[in-house]
Amino acid sequence: MATEKKPEPDELIHIGPEMAVAEADVRPEEAGAFVQGTSLWRDAWRRLLKNKLAVFGLVVVVIVTIAAIVGPTLIKRIFGFTPDYIPSHDPQLTQSFPPFTGPNGEFSWAHPMGTDNAGRDQLARILQGGQISLFVGVLSTLVSLLIGVSYGAIAGYVGGRVDNVMMRIVDVLYSLPYVIIVIVLLSMFRSQTPRGQLILLFIAIGSVSWLTMARIVRGQVLSLKNQEFVLAARATGVSNARIIFRHLVPNTLGPVIVYATLTIPQIMLTEAFLSFLGFGVQAPLASWGSLAADGIQNIAIFPWQLIFPGVTMALTLFSLNFLGDGLRDALDPQMRTI
Amino acid sequence: MFRFIVRRLLVTIPTILVVISITWVLIKLAPGNFYSGEKRLPASIEKSIREKYGLDKPWYQQYGKTMWPIISRLDFGTSLRYEGQSVNTIIKRSLPVSAGVGILAYLLALIVGITVGSIAALKQNSRWDYGSMALAMLGISVPNFVLGPILVLIFSLGLYWLPPSRWAGFPSRNLILPVVTLSAIYMAYIARLTRAGMLEVLRSDYIRTARAKGLSERDVLIRHGLRGGLMPVISYTGPALAFLLTGTVVVERIFALPGLGNYFIQASLNRDEPLIIGIVAFIAITLLLMNLLVDIAYAYLDPRVRYN
Amino acid sequence: MTSPDGNLLEVKNLRTYFETDDGIVKAVDDISFQLKRGETLGIVGESGSGKSVTNLSIIRLVPNPPGKIVSGQVLFNGTDLLHLSTDAIRKIRGRRIAMIFQDPMTSLNPFMKISKQLMEMTELHLGHTREQARAHAIHMLETVGIPDAHTRAGSYPHEFSGGMRQRVMIAMALSCEPELLIADEPTTALDVTIQAQILELIKKLKRKTGTSVILITHDLGVVAGMTDHVIVMYAGKIFEQARTTELFSLPGNPYTKGLLRSVPDPTAEQGKLYQIPGLPPDVAHLKPGCPFAQRCDYTQDICRREFPPFVQLNADHYSLCHFAREVYSESGGTPV
Repeated sequence: MATEKKPEPDELIHIGPEMAVAEADVRPEEAGAFVQGTSLWRDAWRRLLKNKLAVFGLVVVVIVTIAAIVGPTLIKRIFGFTPDYIPSHDPQLTQSFPPFTGPNGEFSWAHPMGTDNAGRDQLARILQGGQISLFVGVLSTLVSLLIGVSYGAIAGYVGGRVDNVMMRIVDVLYSLPYVIIVIVLLSMFRSQTPRGQLILLFIAIGSVSWLTMARIVRGQVLSLKNQEFVLAARATGVSNARIIFRHLVPNTLGPVIVYATLTIPQIMLTEAFLSFLGFGVQAPLASWGSLAADGIQNIAIFPWQLIFPGVTMALTLFSLNFLGDGLRDALDPQMRTI
Repeated sequence: MFRFIVRRLLVTIPTILVVISITWVLIKLAPGNFYSGEKRLPASIEKSIREKYGLDKPWYQQYGKTMWPIISRLDFGTSLRYEGQSVNTIIKRSLPVSAGVGILAYLLALIVGITVGSIAALKQNSRWDYGSMALAMLGISVPNFVLGPILVLIFSLGLYWLPPSRWAGFPSRNLILPVVTLSAIYMAYIARLTRAGMLEVLRSDYIRTARAKGLSERDVLIRHGLRGGLMPVISYTGPALAFLLTGTVVVERIFALPGLGNYFIQASLNRDEPLIIGIVAFIAITLLLMNLLVDIAYAYLDPRVRYN
Repeated sequence: MTSPDGNLLEVKNLRTYFETDDGIVKAVDDISFQLKRGETLGIVGESGSGKSVTNLSIIRLVPNPPGKIVSGQVLFNGTDLLHLSTDAIRKIRGRRIAMIFQDPMTSLNPFMKISKQLMEMTELHLGHTREQARAHAIHMLETVGIPDAHTRAGSYPHEFSGGMRQRVMIAMALSCEPELLIADEPTTALDVTIQAQILELIKKLKRKTGTSVILITHDLGVVAGMTDHVIVMYAGKIFEQARTTELFSLPGNPYTKGLLRSVPDPTAEQGKLYQIPGLPPDVAHLKPGCPFAQRCDYTQDICRREFPPFVQLNADHYSLCHFAREVYSESGGTPV
């Protein structure tokens, strides 16, 4: 990277109008102790851990993810319920029970979140819904990452007219009712298979979200490309493509990671409301959005059908947002714009 | 400035045409059609329907037939599902509903958000600050289709304070829940933006100068701080409007309001081509115009920005 | 209104500390000095020496948190500013003590016309009406040498060059004819030629209005031409204080000598530029003894063990050093 180690902005302790004492500048011999060099990542990790909310977020996200992945299988093993499991055609069991209640109103461990109208276990359904929601969230984010980072890096690196044109396109796209068009797309092309619909869904959502990522990456590349290491690479004949993807892009990782972490909840929200409106995930697959749509029907009588998926979703998004915030504070406290 | 506006408008018109065209293409490409349900119609009936709606003509003729009235007279045709009603009429009828709810929601978001955010910035790291920012985070994380029904549960079905849904014109108590539901997420974003913007400004040198001049803290904040501090909120208005649109769609579905969003969803489900195109075009025009307004406002408020 | 011994400003045992994650930073640690009416005092030091914080402390503009004025007195015309109510100190800020800052680009409100920024001062402190304030503002702009002041008054800060902006700052500061002007590195952000102009301007205005000035800088050259007395600060403490002429010709402190040596002399022969070896210490973790010990040419064991005494070398000349008298003698002075 740079040829000498400048004190990174986060290594300076700003303690007033002009006092900035550079920790790194104290000579080790005089300090009397060996000053451990820290890389940007370790510093960031340390700072992240100090942020209790972010840690909370991280923990919850991890728990929810694990639960979503292994949950349905576990429940199947232990209780024998699958998300589609309809216990029988016994009318007594094919109804919506409140949480922790059995067929005769007695306390039961079987359904901690109650059942839906067909008697299916809510917990299992919510966990399976989580699988889909998280799956769409993460994959769509990856799609938007790929598109956005490439687009932004190229625009920023090439600069000039090409950059202008590319960014104008982004500006115009930004002001379009993208989601409306996505709705049209999804409603027109309702796929026959739930799988197909899913793929359609996350391509559609992913292609909506790359715009801001492109802007961010372009900004970063613009400020990086005039630094010495780029000139050095150029001087030794490295091809442009290599420079962009091997040198510049890795240095934009910080903001990219932060923004990606904040994009996942946004995308999950988009998927959720698309499914809620009926354009997203189709039965028998469920996502939190479609579960909420189902749950709304009976909100007056069986409120838990909406509340549990809703709260679970809110909790997950909440945690992801805190995590994203914490990452942003940890990687670059100056980056706060929202 | 004038040239800037003209240039933007010049870009806008082709953009909208492109948007309409893409929509049209999507609808035409899609499998299935608007007139059949689950069953297949007898061939003769199908043929006469297709003739009636010009669906048997080549695609460029159909395209022209759709686009020309739009370009020449802004005539979007007649709805395929709602007998005899022209698309323009439907839009005119449903627009006030959506606009009303949307504007009220955004105003509410601005008032509450800016106030909360400013106070949080002033009392940084206090309990008020942490509390309100945590609440804001919650606002961002709870989807509106969860918040809405929960509010209904509490305030309508539980406490009997407010009516649960249905449209009852302006002004009515029916508006409260939809507006609040729609407003929540923007309140949260604006609060956070305001806080961040104010904090940034309050740290700046010119605020220090203002204080050194002996101005009261109130004057420092309002006269010097707000202008710069609210900039992020103003530039947020652009994207916010786009999201507001989609939020309106959901809220109208939940509360059964006869607004543009609701009609749009119905039209999509019904494959009502003229109505879909009409609403999409309308939304696109509105968005582009609003974005232009926001850019103008931004330039007006920040003397450092000069468009050539 | 001056206190009995003719001092406009007396700072006594001022201590301003900052609480950081890393510990308590003693930005200003027991500073005392006086300023007589009509005089110019220079405060010289490297970054981190505490010179800016000292001046912010005088008008109580230290960012809090994390900063806090822990103890001491600041007597302005006999009144202790540190114990005034917030209302009272606001009346003094801008009206009787004015301050200009280092970077005029960021120190002026970019969203406000400069006329308004100037008018604010007099409307607030002198009770001017809009017309009076505007007329006064234009007059001030003319005084500091802004050409075509009448039209330019309606401009925004970004429409001025750096030097012009600093003139605007000066105009703003002197609007209410304060008794004391504190200039915090007023020329550091400017080109060398403009620097000279601004300093001349300050000198001229001072002569005209009789304002006392505290000039903060890291540049000894600036101090030489402008000040009557000088204070040299390091690591939050005063290392030397004397009349300017005496400090330059007969320095009594190794740090000062180092600073003087660092000023490039164009007439000297070719050779390496001198630089005081090492870097300023971490003020959050000061070791016992003299803060300058590691970098000093005269260091001995006692310097690392004991904090140096504040030695009086002359009527007006003090130095914080174990070997103050020796250094002073070496320079050619005769200690009392």
